[in-house]
Amino acid sequence: MTAETHWDVAPGERPTIPASEQETSSGFLVYTIGLLLAVILTVTSFWVANTSVIWAPGVPAGLAVLAIAQMGVHLVFFLHITTGPDSTNNVLALAFGVLIVFLVLAGSLVIMANLNENMMGHSELMNLQMPR
Amino acid sequence: MNVAVEMDAVRHGELLDISEAGPAPKRIIAGFGFWIFLLSDIVMFSALFAAYAVLAKASAGGLTGGQLFDQRNVAMETALLLLSSYSCGMMSLAINSQRYLATFLGAVVTFLLGAAFLALELNEFQGMIALGATPQRSAFLSAFFALVGSHGLHVTVGLAWLVLMMVQLSLRGFQDAVVRRLHCFSLFWHALDIIWVLIFTVVYLMGVLP
Repeated sequence: MTAETHWDVAPGERPTIPASEQETSSGFLVYTIGLLLAVILTVTSFWVANTSVIWAPGVPAGLAVLAIAQMGVHLVFFLHITTGPDSTNNVLALAFGVLIVFLVLAGSLVIMANLNENMMGHSELMNLQMPR
Repeated sequence: MNVAVEMDAVRHGELLDISEAGPAPKRIIAGFGFWIFLLSDIVMFSALFAAYAVLAKASAGGLTGGQLFDQRNVAMETALLLLSSYSCGMMSLAINSQRYLATFLGAVVTFLLGAAFLALELNEFQGMIALGATPQRSAFLSAFFALVGSHGLHVTVGLAWLVLMMVQLSLRGFQDAVVRRLHCFSLFWHALDIIWVLIFTVVYLMGVLP
């Protein structure tokens, strides 16, 4: 129960396992802070998408930042992924997953945008927005 | 005697090197394995996201996202899923301290919130299909139904899993295997919420920008 639990932590677990009563209240605090942060970020996202106060071309970038921030909040407060030595394996796996996700998304978008550009001559054929 | 105490103090003080600590306990391995599965699931979703991002404007003259999506509905779905993630967290706290009543209460709240989310989503799909916006209509709609539909399918599987775990818990109590599975379930549920954050941002908010 002692030596192992000090550094071996599965994803989603609290990094330390203190006495039962203390743990419940501190865990409750962690989840509640996470919920509050997530609510704030979500409300901000919806506001940014609907307001006219913000310069329109900047809105997608703002939404992307808010979404990434909220995913970070979920990872830290709900899934309990930390930077401590106790979750090295989980963080490494996560980093690899993020790399693959980035490659798939960015690669597809770049290649398809490039294709669209180079197929300009046949835009009537290629443009899927055109009514048939 | 003294030596033994000192040795113990040293072991606790400097944290064992990973190569000297022996095999990790089963719950660690199970959690790590499930984490790998979740990451592979997220990679699958990234392909669906890429398809949607490429095809988002390819509405083939049919209805576009701006005409189809209702932001109030999306905000309600988001709130339901976020709250069910929170109650799932409360459930895992109750599991850690082995309280039956709190665990069942957390599971019931999580299930109801998840089911309400699913009902709203199906209602939305039904409304879209009634307007003629079926998956066959355009590349945009195919990508939309593939992405949001597979998230909904995951939620459905999660709900079935939750029911199954409650049956196991009431039959077998807080056995190690049951606690491990409940732990994996809460990981799954939180990961679904992370994917939903991306969906409402990319599909429902960015998709309707002029």
